[in-house]
Amino acid sequence: MASGVKPRVKVPKTAAAGEAITIKTLISHTMESGQRKDSDGNPIPRSIINRFVAAFDGETVIDVALEPAISTNPYFEFQATVPASGEFTFTWYDDDGDVYEAAQSISVT
Amino acid sequence: MELTRRKMLAIGSGTLAIAALPGLPAFASATDDAIAAFTGGADLVEGGVTINAPEIAENGNTVPIDVSAPGAVSIALFAAGNPVPNVATFTFGPLAASQSAATRIRLAGTQDVIAVAQMADGSFAKASANVKVTIGGCGG
Repeated sequence: MASGVKPRVKVPKTAAAGEAITIKTLISHTMESGQRKDSDGNPIPRSIINRFVAAFDGETVIDVALEPAISTNPYFEFQATVPASGEFTFTWYDDDGDVYEAAQSISVT
Repeated sequence: MELTRRKMLAIGSGTLAIAALPGLPAFASATDDAIAAFTGGADLVEGGVTINAPEIAENGNTVPIDVSAPGAVSIALFAAGNPVPNVATFTFGPLAASQSAATRIRLAGTQDVIAVAQMADGSFAKASANVKVTIGGCGG
């Protein structure tokens, strides 16, 4: 599924240095499990996002390996430490080789 | 041979028993195999991992789950009653503020969801939660 994929991330705009912030991410994707069959009884091939990585200025926050049991429109919520102002990058890897990216900067007050 | 009702019942229940016996352990061992593949066969201790799941999920297509394991390097989620038990593996980097994550998963039916955490010292801990699913989430 290469069309209609839209990543959404929610990161606070500001934080105190060293503060733990909560990040929420959602990406629209059918996450076809490979278990379903179409109306003719043929199995629908698997097509999912198999990996998600969140990083801050190159340092990993969380790295998730996804299996077909993750719901449609994969959603993740996790916590990150912000050492200084910088940029969070979020990367999703699709089974078909596509890579979806999102970035959000945060300033430390 | 004349098939009476009694004979039919005997044949029926016999076939059922044969069909059921190899089925159940195979199902359980798929999960055990998946967990062993993650832990490398190491022993699991209870405790140290918290898994939050709804007791009753109306829709098996999206069941909100959150796990946390302070001091863990990674946490793997398994669904014992799914066609493929693996659900997700979270690996925490140096900037993770807490070893916790929340997501939404698919469950084929009422079953146990198991979280296995790999701790920084190399030991493994596990926790499980039973989720009752009203409508399964694997299509077909």
